[in-house]
Amino acid sequence: MPRVAPALFFPLLAPLPMSFFSLLGAVEIGLIFSLVALGVFISFRLLRFPDLTVDGSFPLGGAVCAILISTGTNAWVATLTATAAGAVAGLITGWLNVKLKIMDLLASILMMIALYSINLRIMGGPNVPLINDPTLFVMLQPEGMQDYIARPLILAVIVVAAKLLLDWFFATERGLAIRATGSNARMARAQGVNTGAMLLLGMAISNGLVGLAGALFAQTQGGSDISMGIGTIVIGLAAVIVGESILPSRRLIYATLAVIIGAIAYRFFIALALNSDFIGLKAQDLNLVTAVLVAVALVIPQLKRKFAKRKPS
Amino acid sequence: MNMKQLPWMSLGALALAVAAIAPASAQQKSVAVTAIVEHPALDSVRDGVQAALKEAGFESGKNLKWQYQSAQGNTGTAAQIARKFVGDNPDAIVAIATPSAQAVIAATKTVPVVFSAVTDPVAAKLVKDWEPSRGNVTGVSDLLALDKQMELVKQVVPNAKRVGVVYNPGEANSVVVVKQLQTLLPKLGMTLVEAAAPRSVDVSSAARSLIGKVDVIYTSTDNNVVSAYEALVKVGQDAKIPLVASDTDSVKRGAIAAFGINYRDLGEQTGRMVARILKGEKPGDIKPEISTKMELFVNPGAAEKQGVKLSDALVKSAAQVVQ
Repeated sequence: MPRVAPALFFPLLAPLPMSFFSLLGAVEIGLIFSLVALGVFISFRLLRFPDLTVDGSFPLGGAVCAILISTGTNAWVATLTATAAGAVAGLITGWLNVKLKIMDLLASILMMIALYSINLRIMGGPNVPLINDPTLFVMLQPEGMQDYIARPLILAVIVVAAKLLLDWFFATERGLAIRATGSNARMARAQGVNTGAMLLLGMAISNGLVGLAGALFAQTQGGSDISMGIGTIVIGLAAVIVGESILPSRRLIYATLAVIIGAIAYRFFIALALNSDFIGLKAQDLNLVTAVLVAVALVIPQLKRKFAKRKPS
Repeated sequence: MNMKQLPWMSLGALALAVAAIAPASAQQKSVAVTAIVEHPALDSVRDGVQAALKEAGFESGKNLKWQYQSAQGNTGTAAQIARKFVGDNPDAIVAIATPSAQAVIAATKTVPVVFSAVTDPVAAKLVKDWEPSRGNVTGVSDLLALDKQMELVKQVVPNAKRVGVVYNPGEANSVVVVKQLQTLLPKLGMTLVEAAAPRSVDVSSAARSLIGKVDVIYTSTDNNVVSAYEALVKVGQDAKIPLVASDTDSVKRGAIAAFGINYRDLGEQTGRMVARILKGEKPGDIKPEISTKMELFVNPGAAEKQGVKLSDALVKSAAQVVQ
């Protein structure tokens, strides 16, 4: 059966040098990292807080979720606990900054390195596998549907729900207060906003999303590993920036959409780079090819604008 | 037939046509290999697989479609490589090291998977036990027979009581070794002193912390330690602590001795297993193996610098004496 289904879609993909499976894999992992990107968007863009906690809160979510599921906890409870754990990590980073007056970047670095040891403690070792365990995706997979189709669908529902929830929240009074804190803290204070509390809340939401992403990653990729956090912040930031260049907008509902698109697009670039052997590139060139593809994607809109300006004259 | 279905039907027909042409074009087998990171030992495994396949009559470029991808240390990329490979539907996927193997096994229950250089495939849940899996998974482990390793430690430093170990607590394979040592050493009348090196740059300070507390430093195939082995050698010479390693390459770099796995041989062993699958055996019928070939390397020069003299018997029994 798995041999036939991708083949049916093959003609549709003929122009793309990748298989249906590879494509769905990119969408699936892109959707997971879009939650990371949303978190990074909240800290870097809305709060203007350069937060590197992400490299620790992503594996933290994975660690908490994997250890809970493998010891028999319900996957829903495990996933929510992982999200809460991420939020607590964000809270601590915010607290280090707001209450202990440690510079924002350093506070997040401290939290990130502390989380490495904490994650090892939580997992009791560097790796907790989830191979045949009852994950969220096993529980939710509809009868008769292949897992490689069900997983992206379930993830899409989760990501869209998260996006709508964020759109709604950041339009409420409290959400607007968080945005005001980020764009002009002095002004926000003058309006009676408790900027310290708002920063803590924003950081908790941001890292909660990242913890959720870590939990979902562990449940789809066979388990949690201490090394899974490496470079998370880089991927999150790249997704935010790629998204902003694909869909530039100041309105929040479009900005969150752009971030999701950016995260998926970034995974497409990696999938393309993985299939670049036909032009003589080798495995070790993967990161370079990905970087070049992202750079090209960022430059194209500028070129377009340039040409668009020249034409009408 | 409904008219709406027509385009889909024709697409299906086209796909069937493509599928029919593809296998007819050549009697070709395909193998896709992935590793979590580029690393001398892991690269040797890959080359060994390729060499053994060639010996078995599957030559890359002729009757074998060979593909290799490294995740460059990123688990997200490892997951994506796994998906790509499953989509390519090769005759076998070779997954080198634990994170890559887990990602591939999470992505498929049907494509044959052969893992390699995974220390404890049972703890990593790649297989239920060391018996044939009856599924799509088998492979070769680089598990070290630690009793033999400790025998070597005793031969190098006969009166050793305190054994120091430098390792990365973030590396699954190393933690397995340390946990086994914790139970094994007391039985042999020795004690274990641990020093953690979470990054390669920490190896030197971790080794320094052992000065005065240990009679010998033993290291497993820990990636951080192996990549910074010179740092360990410096401490060993300065403080006259004998170093015993478990990969033979480290002996050339300054360890006194190692009774180690030759990763090239491990790769060849894996390759022979892959060849059996290409010839039609089911991966579920093949028992997971551990490395069959162990080699003793000794370095008498390093021994002298670290304050011990190797017995003639030990030097004679070595597969290679590094001068």
